[in-house]
Amino acid sequence: MSDRWKRHGALARLALCAALTGASASAFADTTLTIGTVNNADMVRMQALSPEYERTHPGVHLNWVVLEENTLRQRLTTDIATHGGQFDVVTIGAYEAPLWGAQKWLKPLDNLPADYDVEDLFKNVREQLTVDDHLYAVPFYAEASITYYRTDLFARANLTMPQQPTWDQIRGFAQKLHDPAHGVYGICLRGKAGWGENMALLGTIVNSWGGRWFDEQWHPQIDTPEWHQAVNFYVDLLKHYGPPGPSDNGFNENLALFAGGRCAMWVDASVGGGTVSNPKESQVAGKVGFVRSPHQVTDKGSSWLWVWSLAIPASSKQADAARDFILWATSKPYLQLVAKKYGEESTPPGTRESTYANAAYIEAAPFAKVTYDSLKAVDPAHPTLKPVPYKGIQIVSIPEFQAVATLVGRQIAGALAGRGNVDELLHTAQGAVDRTMKRAGYYEHKPVIQQEPSK
Amino acid sequence: MARNRPTRRLARTLRALASWIVALVVFFPILWMLLTSFKTELDAFSMPPHFVFSPTLENYREILARANYLHYAWNSIVTAGGATILGMVVAVPAAYAFAYHPTKRTKDVLLWMLSTKMLPGVGVLVPIYLICRDLNMLDSRLALVIIFALINLPIMVWMIYTYFRDIPYDILEAARMDGAGTWQTMFRVLIPVSRGGLASTALLCLILSWNEAFWSLNLTTSSAAPLTALVASFSSPEGLFWAKLSAVSTLACAPILVLGWLSQRQLVRGLTFGAVK
Repeated sequence: MSDRWKRHGALARLALCAALTGASASAFADTTLTIGTVNNADMVRMQALSPEYERTHPGVHLNWVVLEENTLRQRLTTDIATHGGQFDVVTIGAYEAPLWGAQKWLKPLDNLPADYDVEDLFKNVREQLTVDDHLYAVPFYAEASITYYRTDLFARANLTMPQQPTWDQIRGFAQKLHDPAHGVYGICLRGKAGWGENMALLGTIVNSWGGRWFDEQWHPQIDTPEWHQAVNFYVDLLKHYGPPGPSDNGFNENLALFAGGRCAMWVDASVGGGTVSNPKESQVAGKVGFVRSPHQVTDKGSSWLWVWSLAIPASSKQADAARDFILWATSKPYLQLVAKKYGEESTPPGTRESTYANAAYIEAAPFAKVTYDSLKAVDPAHPTLKPVPYKGIQIVSIPEFQAVATLVGRQIAGALAGRGNVDELLHTAQGAVDRTMKRAGYYEHKPVIQQEPSK
Repeated sequence: MARNRPTRRLARTLRALASWIVALVVFFPILWMLLTSFKTELDAFSMPPHFVFSPTLENYREILARANYLHYAWNSIVTAGGATILGMVVAVPAAYAFAYHPTKRTKDVLLWMLSTKMLPGVGVLVPIYLICRDLNMLDSRLALVIIFALINLPIMVWMIYTYFRDIPYDILEAARMDGAGTWQTMFRVLIPVSRGGLASTALLCLILSWNEAFWSLNLTTSSAAPLTALVASFSSPEGLFWAKLSAVSTLACAPILVLGWLSQRQLVRGLTFGAVK
């Protein structure tokens, strides 16, 4: 081939590349994506970094709709169920992803590109978002429940926190460190009623005592010795060594109490680690230790798994552009971008193995190792000692769970506030849940929302 | 008489004191919101609460950096203002008919109108959402204007009806005898006479529409989202947000508070109109 032809060939290849690049860049030209999300720190950072995406994808404009969690859930449910098509990307939790996926309300995310490295995503996190071998959402960040404790108070009292404490040990520490006269309470735990509030924690406590929500035939197991022991322990612990009015405290209230130096221990979501370690937001920064969530008769299901993930509603009219965006926002380069702009410790946690292979992150985030260990230990298919017909540690992937768990949560919050006896309230709750399950037809035919993960 | 003077003075002082206490109790949440908006998140959550602290404008800075406040404020002005105008256009003739040309079913109709206020909004959320979807009115200011006007219409009709009832029919008859038609009677006699009452009705509708959150959150995403949607966006399930939420609430309340302050004389006059016969 002559030089001239070679030159022409090279030029033609260059022109083809340019055309393809242009086509890729302008594939979503004049596209507006509406993204429904919540006001969590990691989502706020994603919103702040979104101009970077718009810069590399000319013609794509991102519209952010930030709402309170329950409002967002209600808003998304209405829009998706009525095919309103108002959202192209939605932020959903580990509870909604399998339910909505099974209903075909979400677009399946199959055939992900090789450079996305789907195998790098935590297996159990991925499985939580999978129905019938189809991934319906990609994880944005995930959290486990862990134990926070004040290293200075422990040192002063000559106490040592084990890496995997039992609830009995926690009670012993709380007893020794409870000092309300000096404004320090032995332990802070969620008490506010709600399936995502007190019942998230109580779900793990009940699991630790060997209890379960339902037996294999979907009969509620609330009025059982395991539940009675676990809930009585929780109520007694908070009443004796907790802050005043614990039935009003959820994650945020306890975060504020702990960050303000009012709690010797706190068992809650690992996502609080960033706040309590940040001197700008916490009076106890540098004086906090992190260990695994407490267990009792079993460590199965003693730490929860919650995943905030990004999904595409089936009603989205711009699914391809939406898919491109959510893959960007959960990709390795995005995580690196966050680390570069906001510091290593701000990297969205709990989704990728590569995050925890990064020594700089492990060093910058003192809560990283325990979060990793806790997440790796979670097995949503086996949340407690006995077999269960559902998948989930602190959640049960059935549509009735929100109502059922909130109902039980109210009864327990009532007991915490001194309005009734735990044993009687659990007996009442059992009857109410039994009626709900019967009405919903669970005793006639067992619904399978999530099948066993494919081997 | 002389002996009664100290007693009267004491009574007056006690009344003034009681008024101040009530006013402070009513105003305290707003004052606390304002104070919290200048605190750091850590100060905002501190227990016992801090009355003395180093004020910061950081929360306001962050809100203005994260969201286009003027866009939301403009949507609030358009939707609340539009709903007030639309509501008044419908409510005034309706109240006129009810007040001066009653039938034997007038009271039933008025009660029925009021009874629609007892229906929880969420009960009609899906039908209204579907209507808006089919009319391509999701995330549109027009949908909010119509819905806000409809929500407030029963109260507006009732209020204006009450004011009209207090205006003697003889005045209208006199105008008629002078040759005025129905529209002239309404615009030249009735409306000027009941200006105070109409202004307070309009203001109430404006305030209720400005503060409405349920429909704003459910029917809008970004283009038509008013200030209530902006406020909601600063609540967080996982994180400290009280100071920022207070700052954004202050920004959302400020315009309507100023308007209420400027028009308080008119508002009070309207609300007490016809109270003393």
